Amino acid sequence: MSEKTQSALDIDGLTFRYASEFSLTVPSLSLSSGQSVAVIGPSGCGKTTLLHLIAGLLTPESGLLSVCGQYFGSMSTSEVDRFRGQNLGIVFQKLHLLSAISVFDNVLLAQRLARKPVDPANVDRLFERLGIAALKHKRPSTLSLGQAQRVAIARALVHRPRLLLADEPTSALDDAHANDALELLIEESASVGAALLVVTHDERVRGRLDMELDLGALR
Amino acid sequence: MTWLRLAWANLVSSPLTSSVNALLLALGTSSIVLLLLAGHQLANTMSRDAAGIDLVVGAKGSPVQLILSSIYHADVPTGNISLEEAEHWAEDPRVARAVPLSLGDSYQNIRIVGTTHDYLDVYDADVVAGRRWDGAMEAVVGAAAARETNLEVGSIFAGVHGFDGGLHEHDERMYEVVGVLGRTGTVIDRLIVTSLESVWVLHGDEDHGHDPSDDNHEGHDDHPDHDDGHDEHNDHADHDHGHDEHNDHADHEEDHHGHDDHADHEGEEGDHDHGDASLEITAMLLSYETPLAAVSLPREINSLSALQAAAPAVEISRLLQLVGVGLDGLQAFGWVLVVTAGLSLFAALYGSLRARRFELAMLRCLGATRLELFIGLALEGLLLTAFGIALGVLGGHVVMEMLGQWIEQAQGVVLTGWIWVPAEGTLVLVLLGVGALASAIPAWQAYHQDVSRTLSEG
Repeated sequence: MSEKTQSALDIDGLTFRYASEFSLTVPSLSLSSGQSVAVIGPSGCGKTTLLHLIAGLLTPESGLLSVCGQYFGSMSTSEVDRFRGQNLGIVFQKLHLLSAISVFDNVLLAQRLARKPVDPANVDRLFERLGIAALKHKRPSTLSLGQAQRVAIARALVHRPRLLLADEPTSALDDAHANDALELLIEESASVGAALLVVTHDERVRGRLDMELDLGALR
Repeated sequence: MTWLRLAWANLVSSPLTSSVNALLLALGTSSIVLLLLAGHQLANTMSRDAAGIDLVVGAKGSPVQLILSSIYHADVPTGNISLEEAEHWAEDPRVARAVPLSLGDSYQNIRIVGTTHDYLDVYDADVVAGRRWDGAMEAVVGAAAARETNLEVGSIFAGVHGFDGGLHEHDERMYEVVGVLGRTGTVIDRLIVTSLESVWVLHGDEDHGHDPSDDNHEGHDDHPDHDDGHDEHNDHADHDHGHDEHNDHADHEEDHHGHDDHADHEGEEGDHDHGDASLEITAMLLSYETPLAAVSLPREINSLSALQAAAPAVEISRLLQLVGVGLDGLQAFGWVLVVTAGLSLFAALYGSLRARRFELAMLRCLGATRLELFIGLALEGLLLTAFGIALGVLGGHVVMEMLGQWIEQAQGVVLTGWIWVPAEGTLVLVLLGVGALASAIPAWQAYHQDVSRTLSEG
């Protein structure tokens, strides 16, 4: 860990309201680079909403939200888009790999959209480490779920983000694969020095990360 | 570059939809291009054939028919007129050049035109082999006509009465080819040109044929056919002049074959003031000394004489308007195809947008801006449009060239696909506009996509 730990996420008294039937309040959450947190709770408690708020895809109603030292409130939509591309990596439960291009190009595209120098050799090394080097020229539709998830993790990490967000990364997987996926997220985020935030209702994740925030208990 | 490659990858990943849309657009484009090329060349050819001819004087009847028969050699003549009367107008000070034409015979469906050397000058036709004709029964052959009939300098052939072949053959007097013309790209390429006297000789002989006392009568064993031909083709024998005088005329021709002799002969004919025995021609092509002549001369001829005057420029534009209605109709059909292609492109892009909405949301998560998504999707539509247009323009030109070669073999009309009409540039721009319009709505949807809501759906 670096001498001066950088803040990856700071939340204080964050509220969000959608229409009148849904509201979310997060009193406090702080995450430094290299740290990990599991945001848990039952379905519908606002876990995904919190992840979208952190990603800048939703705008909070009130409270403080700082991501990698940035406040989104003063930024334009396209500035937020660029900031997200450069500093965040996101893995969704559904992977949404682009079907028209190879898995290798999918990962290279993420590097381009992050406005980082395109480095195929580095992507190759990443593929080696994740054990998917043999698949690089395949289309996403030809991969197994486990293989595709490794590609999605590679895509989320290729530009060395400061904060890795994962939304239900294990929910659709059997025990062995869920364990693998979680291991990968922890190891790979650590290898690039990123903070990790996993949103899940999957009990198998409990106790595996540094911190836990139970949104269900807050309500 | 990223977005162009991504757009291309997306098009290629759904090959059936993409190629059907490109083909649909190409089909519409090529039909319009084909019509533009054909219309342009048709109008060009028509005005080139009529260049240098301000007015056509002929027998009363349909002015369009007069123009068609005496300039384009495409219809039967309206009738005959007296040379004397026509020359009266030819000598008018407002007339710069007058070219008499005598029509009615053909050889292997190629029309034989009796005229003066001036006719060659109207089309800047040069003799590339042999020489110009000097007297009666000498002929020069247009470039395309020579190729089609295999006539060359020294060939001997017999003209056929009428234009469609199969009628009475003038085998009692044979033509001799003395020259072949170079290619001009005008109607003269498809004609056999001879002196006025040749036609008079043949038709003088024919009139002879009606007279049982004719000494030179040979090989005229098909009188009924012969008469039919006369009725159909406004032949020289149609007028009701005396047989005696015609015998005279024919005798003259028998005696003297020279040009100069004939001039004398004309003078002699001119002495007959009643005009009922004078030589006849089919039409006279006039060019004006001054543009002002257009104001007075046609009206004077039409009202003061038994002749009809028709201005090619007027009749061509009337004809092109008629043809234009047909071309417009076909062109409208082409535009229907283009609009269909535009709608189909829209549906395809919209469908692909729906199918890929999660991918588009993911692209935003990866750092793509809304504008970049808009550009990416618009590029997809424009790329397909450009492809369809390129295919269509190329197809239109290739089909035009193929049609042109086929028509040239069949009709001798020169049409080519290897020209560029300025209107095609406008067409390409308009078509790109159609493509842009079809892409804009899906692209706009991509721009305004709510990423958070889309991801929550998935």
